Amino acid sequence: MQTLKFITAGNVDDGKSTLIGRLLYDSNSISTDHLGVLASKNEIGQDTIDLALITDGLRAEREQGITIDVAYKYFATQRRKFIIADSPGHHQYTRNMITAASVSDLIILLVDIRKGITQQTKRHGLIASLMGIKNVIVALNKIDLENYSENKYNQVKQDFEDLKKQLGFLSVNYIPISALNGDNIVEKSSNTPWYTGKPLLEILETIDIDKQDQNNARFQVQLIIRPQTLEHLDYRGYAGAVLSGEYKMGDSVRILPSNLTANIIKIEKDLALVDKAVATDNIILHFDSDLDISRGDTIYVDNQKAPLISNTISSWLSWLDTQELQLGKTYILQHRFHSVRVKVTAIEKKWDINTLEFLDSSKVELNDIAKVSLQTNQALHFDSFLDNPKTGNAILIDETSFNTVGALMFL
Amino acid sequence: MKQNSYLDNLEKEAIYILRETAAQFENPALLFSGGKDSIVLVHLAIKAFRPGKFPFPLVHIDTGHNFPEALAFRDKLVKSLDEKLIVASVSDSIKKYNLKETTGRFPSRNSLQAYTLLDTIEGYGFDACIGGARRDEEKARAKERIFSIRDDFGEWNPKLQRPELWDIFNGRTQKGHNTRVFPISNWTELDIWNYIENNNIELPSLYFSHQRECIKYNDKLIGVSEFTPALDTEQVVNTRVRYRTVGDMTCTAAIASEALSVQDIIEDIKNSRISERGQTRLDDLLSESAMEDRKKKGYF
Repeated sequence: MQTLKFITAGNVDDGKSTLIGRLLYDSNSISTDHLGVLASKNEIGQDTIDLALITDGLRAEREQGITIDVAYKYFATQRRKFIIADSPGHHQYTRNMITAASVSDLIILLVDIRKGITQQTKRHGLIASLMGIKNVIVALNKIDLENYSENKYNQVKQDFEDLKKQLGFLSVNYIPISALNGDNIVEKSSNTPWYTGKPLLEILETIDIDKQDQNNARFQVQLIIRPQTLEHLDYRGYAGAVLSGEYKMGDSVRILPSNLTANIIKIEKDLALVDKAVATDNIILHFDSDLDISRGDTIYVDNQKAPLISNTISSWLSWLDTQELQLGKTYILQHRFHSVRVKVTAIEKKWDINTLEFLDSSKVELNDIAKVSLQTNQALHFDSFLDNPKTGNAILIDETSFNTVGALMFL
Repeated sequence: MKQNSYLDNLEKEAIYILRETAAQFENPALLFSGGKDSIVLVHLAIKAFRPGKFPFPLVHIDTGHNFPEALAFRDKLVKSLDEKLIVASVSDSIKKYNLKETTGRFPSRNSLQAYTLLDTIEGYGFDACIGGARRDEEKARAKERIFSIRDDFGEWNPKLQRPELWDIFNGRTQKGHNTRVFPISNWTELDIWNYIENNNIELPSLYFSHQRECIKYNDKLIGVSEFTPALDTEQVVNTRVRYRTVGDMTCTAAIASEALSVQDIIEDIKNSRISERGQTRLDDLLSESAMEDRKKKGYF
């Protein structure tokens, strides 16, 4: 069984909470004790469930007038397990959505069919595209309020088709729904006989998310394991996750930044020896020579394309902090297990979140997305985010508060 | 193996987080309660660090109201692991700070645990505490980060939480602050049991159906013990039960069950429409935000 991680994005009143509530409720994923808190009597005395309340916030959020960026919801069907990264509210929405999108395989773009494709829809589509999400479901909600009109559906669908060309998604599914009434959520609705696709849940259950990892081999040293016990006196293993590609016994590898080579003589995985390891495997590598290798070093297979190695990097920057970016100030750049010091030397252009145009700007503030130039104190070994989403990203950290202030997607 | 690719992925994520904790922190600890979630954490730590030793001790915040079966299991496990165990006593904190026990029938020392935990963190200088909390348990936990910052008072302040992007974790912690690390955040109760089944992980006998004298309290069954003697007015039944969660004897309810194996329990859970904490934790039923309130005071 596979897990699908997805996010939902939409305008405030597009029915996002209702949709999530509906998916959880109709897939029997809400415990009866939790339902009790949500149930109330309607005016004629029947028990009703306010679906939107399922995604309700914490008291601390209400008291402090903030939203915690992402809440995680879990549900499962016979075919798949699902994790919803739910980024609520419209405050700090870009920041929240970027955080949720960074852990998601798919996005449901929720559109109020009466309003059609708005600037907000375009913005969410662009953010999803920027974050490397390949699969999109455009859910045209409130179809009941348009009398289940096929014409209206086709009209809005065409508007998104025009936008889609710019965004580079692998798959886009369109579906007319009513989250409130449950039309086309779990079962196909008899109200939309003209809709020939699958209901939403079935799309989520069957959409192909197997990532074809055709990338070059990349491994970063996460932790050096040296038991220093009598039994394992000379044991020295380099633990980490295979980020992309594969590593095999006997492979000749090159280590950065030292630029030395070595041969793999042992690969450990789950307490056993293996001949080969593939992307996402947590392994321990052993080499035929004693080299000076530290946490954060990159190890790649020698006859494959090398990572980029540079002190100056052009990158997308999503700014996440309430204090604006300071040009020339030193930040920490954490490139997975490798941290360096960095300055943003120039803002090349900034994306205007309202007009969706690129502008010249000297400021990068909360929720801004900009193209910037970076200068690091030590060379990074990296790939572009488009080429390799596991080695082309990093976070920016404030040197004194230690807050995570930015997300970087290298160009 | 294709069938269980999601369990593999959960395991990979947890091992990655455990190794990241070892790499980023100078003095971490693993909070071990003796319950199934922390037993799974220990199993994951074996996969993350062997043949090395764990880069952290196990810390048990002992409320003094533990099930004897859970304590015996803890000691046996630690011995077989050959790892360090630190036991910190809530009873000591109660004496030291002259804390008032919670009142009422079946009071819980849950809220008092925070004092002991924070003292232990300070005393040993732990900069990170690894815990077995899961996001599916409760709505305050649904919003928890994998690396979650606590302030000088151990308080979980939503404003202090950092955006957590991709699988890049920022564990830099201000002096006096503490980071809680939750490697099994994305596991559900069913995932835990499936993992226990697949990996043949041993558990305390409490989790399986056994005969026990229980007090019938509202719709709950509370085992009769030295901490929870039955009152004359209460109905006591001798019946087949198991524990779905293992907390304190004073506030954890048993459930009627004939489940003798992990497989039976998995079937039970699949058919259950009530949450594990809702079914078995009297402390969480106090109010809609009981867990959130405890977390604010430094609870796990």
